[in-house]
Amino acid sequence: MTPQRAGISFREFAICMMAIVNREALRFVGQRSRFLSSLVRPMVWLIVFAAGFRAALGLSIQEPYDTYITYETYIVPGLIGMVQLFNGMQSSLGLVYDREMGSMRLLLTSPMPRWWLLFSKLLAGTAISIVQVYAFLALAALFDIRFSPLGYLAILPVLVLSGLMLGALGLMLSSTIDQLENFAGIMNFVIFPMFFLSTALYPLWKMAEASPILRDICALNPFSHAVEAIRFALHLDINWASLGWTGMAFAVFFAISLIGYDPAKGSMVRKAR
Amino acid sequence: MLGNITKTVQLAAVLFAGPAFADEIWVSNEKDDTVSVIDIETMTVSRTIEVGERPRGITFSKDHKVVYVCASDSDAVQVIDPQTGEILHDLPSGEDPEQFVLHPDNRRLYIANEDDAITTVVDTQTRRVIEQIDVGVEPEGMAVSPDGKIAITTSETTNMAHWIDTQTEKLFANTLVDQRPRHAEFTHDGSELWVSAEIGGTITVFDVATQSEKTKIGFEVKGVHPDRVQPVGFEMTKDGRYVFVALGPSNHIAVVDQKTYEVIDYLLVGRRVWHMAFNGDESLLFTTNGVSGDVTVIDVAKMEPVKTIKVGRFPWGAAFRPTP
Repeated sequence: MTPQRAGISFREFAICMMAIVNREALRFVGQRSRFLSSLVRPMVWLIVFAAGFRAALGLSIQEPYDTYITYETYIVPGLIGMVQLFNGMQSSLGLVYDREMGSMRLLLTSPMPRWWLLFSKLLAGTAISIVQVYAFLALAALFDIRFSPLGYLAILPVLVLSGLMLGALGLMLSSTIDQLENFAGIMNFVIFPMFFLSTALYPLWKMAEASPILRDICALNPFSHAVEAIRFALHLDINWASLGWTGMAFAVFFAISLIGYDPAKGSMVRKAR
Repeated sequence: MLGNITKTVQLAAVLFAGPAFADEIWVSNEKDDTVSVIDIETMTVSRTIEVGERPRGITFSKDHKVVYVCASDSDAVQVIDPQTGEILHDLPSGEDPEQFVLHPDNRRLYIANEDDAITTVVDTQTRRVIEQIDVGVEPEGMAVSPDGKIAITTSETTNMAHWIDTQTEKLFANTLVDQRPRHAEFTHDGSELWVSAEIGGTITVFDVATQSEKTKIGFEVKGVHPDRVQPVGFEMTKDGRYVFVALGPSNHIAVVDQKTYEVIDYLLVGRRVWHMAFNGDESLLFTTNGVSGDVTVIDVAKMEPVKTIKVGRFPWGAAFRPTP
């Protein structure tokens, strides 16, 4: 349902969202190095890491695959997730910057409901992450790592959901960060554990071989579910459980973010003191 | 109304009863002493048939009325009714039969006896040995030319292809190939003989008229150590375009252009791929993956593995059976 509030028309809601998306897009266009690094990072993993894994002999068959696959094929959904994870965190970094520079105050004084402002911000970040994902997939195709043409289309709705979820995670974290410098902490304590303790690089059965606890952590990690949802979609299959988990994680992260950004309750109050 | 229901039930009974109403691929499982029958339509194993010990070579008679299985450790070639799965009788095969080939006359079976360094020729109708021909040490690969005039045995340790005149059942030529030849096939026009060498990692192509070497094909799978690239079984398409070569523990099938001898592609399949069989129109290829115990199905037009089907332990040979 389209949001509606007394005194604010649908058109105004749309204008507000477009403005936020435009601003985010402009910022992204201005940051060429960000785009470049968003491509280089997964490509390095794909080419260097996958090559070192001796995966040419194939990975054991597991859902959703019907036959043996190379390791390169296996990690692509995980790297797509990585692109979105980094982008989600970078968008949140942008919010911290906005807050420090004062432009956030301007945004938050808008008459639009706060959840709409934050949701628009998330959607803008997700759109940018999707551009990065397709650029990465195009580059991977040049290296002969290809998928079924319909698979590229099928991942789009999943990418919207996973992008929103990872963006909401960033939003939630940004509401607790006071300064830009703390982003390094996010890298160490959020991005890396989330990425490594997931099904992005190794399948669950491989993790179970190492340790059952590791396996359980991986299975609980919402990033794993985002990656699996992308993996299934890329293979023209649907993993309802993973989609459900990703959707639920989005709802929780977004709800906490709303509290965090509520001037009456969350950390904003704490910061104001 | 009741009559209609009865008819439907009868039709259903006809459709679902009985073993086979679709094309099948028969796979011999070396460790399980069984044959797995894959229904090509559903891509599932529809039957598992108990056979003799260590079944390897498997082939159908030209009319597909019986299937022959080399039960290596039972020292017999078993003749099975494919409809019922019943073992009809054994043929005298000599010791440790590994691979064999049925002559176009649908009668003579040329069998490689690995332990005895001989090739046994058996008459499948009289069930008697016609001839035993001395060949090199550890014979394995067997082929017969499309016109039926030449039979080939390759010997693993002597590293040779032995050319047998099927009129006289005598050797008339021996040609060297690379180390441990495993499999031999004539091209469908009969002009060339291809022989794979497992340790040598090559396929040698011979001109049949002169028995001279025409060319040699090497393989290189990206990311796989050359020692693991071991060409074993291979199949040629009837249109003369491709040869699909199983590369053993490299877990890949090489696609070779039959005319230019260039390797076009490498396709990932299961572990230690041994042999393969096409379906009727050669649109699908089924590879037996020994160590992983499954069969990978390759879409020939797309040159893409599409599915892997679990069969028994250590699948080895494969043969196609059309809908009866």
